[in-house]
Amino acid sequence: MSADFRLPSGGRIDRDTRLRFTFNGQSLAGRKGDTLASALLANGLHQVTTSIKYGRPRGIMAAGVEEPNALVQVAEPFSEPMLTATTVELCDGLVADGLVGHGRLDTEPDTARYDAKHAHCDVLVVGAGPAGLAAALTAARAGSRVVLVDDQNEAGGSLLGRDDYLDERSSDAWVCDVIAELAAAPDVLLLDRTTAFGAYQDGFVLALQRRTDDLGFDAPRHVSRHRIWRIRAKQTVIATGAHERPIVFSDNDRPGIMLAGAARTYLHRYGVQVGRRIGVFTTNDSAYHAAIELAEAGMDVPVLIDARHTVPPKLSAECATRGIDVYPGHVVTGTEGQERLTDVHIRSITGGHADTVVCDTLLVSGGWNPAVHLFSQLGGSLRYAPELGAYVPGESLSSARVAGSAAGAIELMACIEQGAEAGRAAVTAAGFRPAAEIPVPFADARADEAAATVLWRVPGSENAEEDTQFVDLQRDVTVSDVTRATGAGLESLEHVKRYTTIGTAHDQGKTSGMLAAAIVAEELGADLADRRPTTFRPPYTSVSFAALGGRDRGELYDPIRVTALHDWHVAHGAEFEDVGQWKRARHYPRQGEDMHAAVLRECRAAREGVALMDGSTLGKIDLQGPDAAELLDMLYTNMMSTLKVGRIRYGVMCGIDGMVIDDGTVIRLADDHFLLTTTTGNAAMVLDWIEEWLQTEWPHLRVFATSVTEHWVTVPLVGPKSRDVLAAVAPDLDVSNDAFGFMTWQDAVLDVADGIPARICRISFSGELAYEINVNAWDGLALWEALINAGEPYGITPYGTETMHVLRAEKGYPIVGQDTDGTVTPQDLGMSWAVSKKKADFIGKRSFSRAENLRPDRKQLVGLVPADPTVLLPEGAHIIESDHLPEPPVRMLGHVTSSYDSAALGRTFALALLRSGRDRIGEKLYAPVDDQLVPVTVTETVLYDKEGARRDG
Amino acid sequence: MPTGNPPAKPGADLPDHPSFLWRNPEPASSYDVVIVGGGGHGLATAYYLAAVHGITNVAVLEKGWLAGGNMARNTTIIRSNYLWDESSGIYEHALKLWEGLEAELDYPILFDQRGVLNLAHSLQDVRDSVRRVNANRLNGIDAEWLEADAVKEICPIINVSPDVRYPVLGATYQPRAGIAKHDYVAWGYASAADRLGVDLIQNCEVTGIETSDGRVTGVNTTRGRIAAGKVALCASGHSSELAAMAGVELPVQSHPLQALVTELLEPVHPTVVMSNAVHVYVSQAHKGELVMGAGIDSYNGYGQRGSFHIIERQMSAALELFPIFARAHLLRTWAGIVDVSPDASPIIGLTPVDGLYLNCGWGTGGFKATPGVGDCFAHTIANDKPHPYNEPFTLERFTTGALVDEHGAAAVAH
Repeated sequence: MSADFRLPSGGRIDRDTRLRFTFNGQSLAGRKGDTLASALLANGLHQVTTSIKYGRPRGIMAAGVEEPNALVQVAEPFSEPMLTATTVELCDGLVADGLVGHGRLDTEPDTARYDAKHAHCDVLVVGAGPAGLAAALTAARAGSRVVLVDDQNEAGGSLLGRDDYLDERSSDAWVCDVIAELAAAPDVLLLDRTTAFGAYQDGFVLALQRRTDDLGFDAPRHVSRHRIWRIRAKQTVIATGAHERPIVFSDNDRPGIMLAGAARTYLHRYGVQVGRRIGVFTTNDSAYHAAIELAEAGMDVPVLIDARHTVPPKLSAECATRGIDVYPGHVVTGTEGQERLTDVHIRSITGGHADTVVCDTLLVSGGWNPAVHLFSQLGGSLRYAPELGAYVPGESLSSARVAGSAAGAIELMACIEQGAEAGRAAVTAAGFRPAAEIPVPFADARADEAAATVLWRVPGSENAEEDTQFVDLQRDVTVSDVTRATGAGLESLEHVKRYTTIGTAHDQGKTSGMLAAAIVAEELGADLADRRPTTFRPPYTSVSFAALGGRDRGELYDPIRVTALHDWHVAHGAEFEDVGQWKRARHYPRQGEDMHAAVLRECRAAREGVALMDGSTLGKIDLQGPDAAELLDMLYTNMMSTLKVGRIRYGVMCGIDGMVIDDGTVIRLADDHFLLTTTTGNAAMVLDWIEEWLQTEWPHLRVFATSVTEHWVTVPLVGPKSRDVLAAVAPDLDVSNDAFGFMTWQDAVLDVADGIPARICRISFSGELAYEINVNAWDGLALWEALINAGEPYGITPYGTETMHVLRAEKGYPIVGQDTDGTVTPQDLGMSWAVSKKKADFIGKRSFSRAENLRPDRKQLVGLVPADPTVLLPEGAHIIESDHLPEPPVRMLGHVTSSYDSAALGRTFALALLRSGRDRIGEKLYAPVDDQLVPVTVTETVLYDKEGARRDG
Repeated sequence: MPTGNPPAKPGADLPDHPSFLWRNPEPASSYDVVIVGGGGHGLATAYYLAAVHGITNVAVLEKGWLAGGNMARNTTIIRSNYLWDESSGIYEHALKLWEGLEAELDYPILFDQRGVLNLAHSLQDVRDSVRRVNANRLNGIDAEWLEADAVKEICPIINVSPDVRYPVLGATYQPRAGIAKHDYVAWGYASAADRLGVDLIQNCEVTGIETSDGRVTGVNTTRGRIAAGKVALCASGHSSELAAMAGVELPVQSHPLQALVTELLEPVHPTVVMSNAVHVYVSQAHKGELVMGAGIDSYNGYGQRGSFHIIERQMSAALELFPIFARAHLLRTWAGIVDVSPDASPIIGLTPVDGLYLNCGWGTGGFKATPGVGDCFAHTIANDKPHPYNEPFTLERFTTGALVDEHGAAAVAH
């Protein structure tokens, strides 16, 4: 049943803009400026859902992020699980349902846009309430860069939910003036609908801005829906306000029971009556204002139950004139009603008088908990303030200060003054001279007349069977659950939290945490001053994964790197593989070819004619400086300092444990200038590695290392006819074996286009006569096409990484990362020749003398040939000795690292890491494959051209 | 199709804890064994010392609250599909103990064998995965290699499209793997140890380790000196500080490692998915929240919080694999302090100081080993000699070079 609970006037909503929405299947209407909660209340609806464990009806309890009950699943305009009705801004066409415990993830992809932005400032102010505005104004007038974030759709904070006057004007006028001045200041960034959700070291604060949610279906697609602000501030002022604290009593969870401050907010901000007949239960003066204001607005407020014996005299008198019976020294002991509160049971604290009051709404105020979340996230210590019954900041941090009710201030004037003072302190600490005088407006808000008392719970039945004194409403945790936990021997609040699940729900204990801490302390007979609250963790309020993912999704998740020749490969039908961030052509199937056929053809071309590949992804590091040679001697196991200018050397790099981490070639361009190549996937790692050593261990070495990977296009030209093709494109170069020997390099100008300068290296990763031609990346395509043309008479064939793998494996050349796994030494690979015996030291040398490295039965790289030349061993298969499969555990001798079908050998073969491998050459072993044992024979690693006769063409 | 227990429906209410858990005794002046660190490993070690070896004059000293360190902060994944024989030995021993642990401890630890998928995204990932599956099977550990379509069958919400940045090329699958509820496990061990007479002493920080003639004699704590015949360290991220008190230098580095949860959601994710390449590991816990592990911070530190950009990066990776998670909400993040050894394997055993025993270096993988390491470490302490399962995991291996490298294969390279 809906009814009109909207007052004829008042509130900050746009009464002319009517918004239709659907809740729990019911068509309703609200106004622009409503939250879903205020719109429901305007329709007389309190119950939103039922509770997770006991299925009890639950209604709207708060007006902000602290809401423990009113969870909703939004279906339209943007599907989202588990939001609070109190924070969902109403839009036309909104469809939502009350949510029982669990949200539901929509299977429709989220196609909205999300992004992130950085902001840097001198002073960040979190919260645009009275304290935050005063702080921001003070900081801005000093000329500093200010960022002011606030989670509401308009500034004002608590002022929005009250009817205070400042300097004899409505507080709204003051807020408007301050915002106008801030907006006009050149270096102030105002962010509304922006929740600071995480505070980290060094002034780093994360905030979520909801940019289009209020626009509903009209939200423009090109505007990011949510934006993460990454704010770096010299100084932060935390003015995040306070959350009103409930009081625990029996059946304190019925719809219609809400926080007193929330009722004021619904009245003043949304023009909504939260009920017809209102009871009030309080421990402090603030709820008197709620009672009086609601009565003034036409609601029937029959009773105000005050747990204090000493009540505020003037406020009580004002209540009396409005027909509100004040009951000093009384408490609420229970309630009645199902979907909505009907009756409230009250009793004198000292016993005796008891009564039942008929009402549909009960406002509760147990005092205020400062919102210390961000301060605590920063590591700020908290102090228990007994007069508040809450934890407050217990120290000042050098770069963050807390002001206003977040610091425990109760009264409006104090909040404003604290804000101004915090702004002044912050801007001074940031290096600015504050303006001489910041006028602090005079608030007419009245000082408290009577001291607040602290009351956590009204004693009642704590029998587990009948206990309905809820501490955490969302988790359905009661006082008896807490006492059961302490009875079980638990003393730490963290343990009680885990035992009961208090504070683990969507609200992360914003209303329940302090109550739980206090009840546990009471049970243990401990003083809250000696105890700590549970840790506040980011985020302060929930943030969607999509918002956090931002733009870094899909193709922007990780940059795809392609070479300058990529388009050619695509146009010529290449299949690609991911190698690190790179897309590399794996093979170039022709019509009707599968990969197997294509690779056999490409291999044949390289061995018999000429073939070329795109090797541009190889990491290239330019190393310059007088100590470059010395550095290289430390980085590589080989001696590099003796390399002559004009020559090239293959080198192996090890980690400090002596295990191979990368390999490549080093070419010496000048005495103090080298070019290193690395494997494709390890290029960044190797540069990091070099920098780490240079910066931490050998800062005295005068060397600069620069990545030049993308500056060059590198084309290996391979095969017996490669010399002819090179001669055709480089007519001025003497390509004879004598003039251009193996492991040397030459600069040449190619007869391509207007003459392309090239650096040509005579190296081979295939065992064939081969050249690696490097040109400026811009000239890459011209080079490639020139080579294709020049090679046409010889049937030149482009080949991909798969063929490269086969060719190198036939020659027994390992691939780091495939034939090694971080546990393999150069000696294991049969590369003792690449480990210098002369050098005094190099990275990994020390480890080679360790006992484990000297064992004769280490795993070593060997070749394997299956008994059946057509059987391809799976890579990753293991090798065993026995010709039948024993029961597990089976002793494994090693595993297959690479396995191919070879055109040149006319059979399959593999490389393997095998225990005592080199001593086993000629042995017959077995590879379990599925349920079969494949017999294999151990061989040398080099299966093709063992004499190396083909290298010189 | 792989077999295994049917995935449990997330969203059920958790079982109640017992109405009594443990005493809170004052520390005695002397114990036969003092265990430093009241996390999962310390509590399990205490339990097996008492239950298996009859050594009950034992104290577990915890500087904060029991099981409040990494035990309360991990993502509760349990599996034994490690590559090397040494690792699979101890992890499979643990997994077998997990399978009987609920009965052993008489505690509802919610061990749920919903299987774990380890995804492969590159050809080298595939080689490494197949190698590991084969090794697991030869070691008697359940493991399968699944192609992408079979991955999709087990976990329908994974995006196996070939068009994504790093497509899923397949996965290893261990059906017996799964998750448990960490607090329940810790409290199960704690209450069982307490019943056997072990003193669980909280808010008791060890400030010094006393030795005499190369032998440990006791510990100094914030609650006074406690004499001890034997001292066993189970302090994860703070191990190196503690060992240094006895003059033992450890080759471990402590880093923050973050994890996070969402709000409670209806069942959507039936198994556990891990991807090293894009760095995601995620399951849906019993109550219904998604539990996700994030990356490790590269800097060393003891603050139990990490850097936020790690979380943001993590989300991007997660959404590539699980587009349906886009609308889920991050509710809470936290960090633990992991102690990383040079070969990414633990150090369990004797030290150069007589009577001082070491269990550390578990890095990101300690939870799943809890019963196994508790059993083996207790054996080591009781017999002053390693159990066969932890024999390979000596401190000396960093001198001899007999490493157990579980970094997995090195980065993809050509």
